[in-house]
Amino acid sequence: MSDAIDVKNLTKQFGTTVAVDNISFSVQEGEIFGFLGPNGAGKTTTTRMLTGVIPAEAGTATILGYDIRREPVMAKQGFGVVPETSNAYADLTAWQNLMLMGELYGLGRARAIKRASDLLGMLGLIERKDQKVQAYSKGMKQRLILAMALLHEPELLFLDEPTSGLDVHSTRMILSLLRDLNRAGTTIFLTTHNMEEANRLCHRVGIIRNGKIVAIDAPEKLKTAIDRVHRIEVSFDRDVPGDALLRLDGVTGANRTGDKWQITAENRDTAIRSLVAFSQQNNRKIITLNTIAPSLDDAFLRLTEEAGP
Amino acid sequence: MNPAGLPEQMRRAWAIAKKDIRIYYFKGPVLIFGIFMPIFLFLAFLMGSRELPLPFLVSGLIGMTLFFTATAVSPAIFPWEGSAKTLERLASCPITIEAIVFGDMIASTLLGIGITLFTVIIGLVLGLTLLHGIILCIAIFLAAWCFSAIGMLLAVPPTNVPSNIMMLSSLIKFPLVFISGIFIPLEQMPSWGLVLAVCSPLTYFTDLIRYSFTGVHYFPVLIDLVALGVFTLVFTVITMVLHKRTISKRM
Ligand SMILES: Nc1ncnc2c1ncn2[C@@H]1O[C@H](COP(=O)(O)OP(=O)(O)OP(=O)(O)O)[C@@H](O)[C@H]1O
Ligand SMILES: [Mg+2]
Repeated sequence: MSDAIDVKNLTKQFGTTVAVDNISFSVQEGEIFGFLGPNGAGKTTTTRMLTGVIPAEAGTATILGYDIRREPVMAKQGFGVVPETSNAYADLTAWQNLMLMGELYGLGRARAIKRASDLLGMLGLIERKDQKVQAYSKGMKQRLILAMALLHEPELLFLDEPTSGLDVHSTRMILSLLRDLNRAGTTIFLTTHNMEEANRLCHRVGIIRNGKIVAIDAPEKLKTAIDRVHRIEVSFDRDVPGDALLRLDGVTGANRTGDKWQITAENRDTAIRSLVAFSQQNNRKIITLNTIAPSLDDAFLRLTEEAGP
Repeated sequence: MNPAGLPEQMRRAWAIAKKDIRIYYFKGPVLIFGIFMPIFLFLAFLMGSRELPLPFLVSGLIGMTLFFTATAVSPAIFPWEGSAKTLERLASCPITIEAIVFGDMIASTLLGIGITLFTVIIGLVLGLTLLHGIILCIAIFLAAWCFSAIGMLLAVPPTNVPSNIMMLSSLIKFPLVFISGIFIPLEQMPSWGLVLAVCSPLTYFTDLIRYSFTGVHYFPVLIDLVALGVFTLVFTVITMVLHKRTISKRM
């Protein structure tokens, strides 16, 4: 497998602010890569450099094998973009916008018509296709922009917060479309604030803070990597003494919350085994037993809130 | 198909031009600066100036009309697209900056030619005789292209406020009209005026129209055509180079 995106030492400054500070990473073909970070971290700036909208001060970005500065047209021909702010032509209809994209990507007329009707149908916009985009709602605009990005069947798709401000219905529609596209082979570079979305969708995520990448890994690995201490929630059918739990092998803390016990453990496996043995020996039934994994939220907060760069 | 090749980029430039025609021809400032103003100026001078001979006046006014219409759309497109964020969309599409500029110039040129042909017809209705039709056509085409390049050049400062650019361009356009032999024949100009007139492409265009309608001209026809051609080429190249440099500052 080769890299769809290969970034080396990319840097961008606006006046005295360093928006993106010497970042390097790569995204493999066929991957869904999530790009996360707090507001102002440099996600949009990075996306704009990768898509050839603004030049980088230093470093290189190779997209689908083409250097985005040296062969921009060849690189751009292979990817589609859903930018942060919606930017279809408000004075044109959805259909005219799509036909314009068809011509700008060099699609034949027949193919453009076929693709446009398919996409508008799939995204639920077909009845409104001859209406000016001015009159569209935010969700409709966003779906249209996705259709514009997909018209030429790109191998690689850049999306900058595609679901921000959309309702559950539009969000689901977009996410399931992304999943289908990926299954069919499209590589996806996705910027988002929604951890749940990133967690469920992305094969790997990169976390950027103050223009620097602080972590890149699979979501599950990031989650477990941040927490050395594991938490287990357990409840029994009858009361158990807290100090008895504390004495168990592998358990480092036991707190009662309501009818449950919050157990902290250094090794989750040992602690669970001890709890099971304990329940057998003392003739208690375990009613619930949950391991509480840190969420991607936790990982994100931890990684982005650490003091100082 | 090679997406980066010239034929394909030209095709994509034409798509840009069609989009411009659909969207920008009907924007208020374009209608005012590009269509109503030159036509009203044209009619006002036509009725007000009794001492200048009609063929002289009409040919000057045709020159002025083309100048105003061909520079009406082009300065405003980039600021408009920059503020509407559609420029960001174009910047991420497989089209070069040169092709985008070229497409904008096509749209601007076509508007200039269309409205100017309309004033030529008014001139003919008023009794002018067309002596050199082919020269007139070549002159109108060259000058329309040249003026739309000037219009694009005016949009190089990367501001996204269209009204700023509109004001700046009026500030430059009006003085140009006065030094280009439209209201004062070149023969009657003081020598410092002639020095300025030589620097204005509009001078050569006005001279060519006069030649087409009256047979009278100040410079040799070939010199007029070559001067216009050189101005066109130079402005086109400069505007493409400069826009390539400043476009990312609009994002
Ligand atoms: N055109 C610009 N001019 C000046 N500064 C800019 C410009 N664009 C971005 N910045 C600055 O660069 C930094 C990174 O901005 P960027 O838009 O990339 O953040 P982001 O991660 O996309 O944030 P958000 O989650 O809010 O979209 C910020 O400090 C921002 O103020
Ligand atoms: Mg952003």
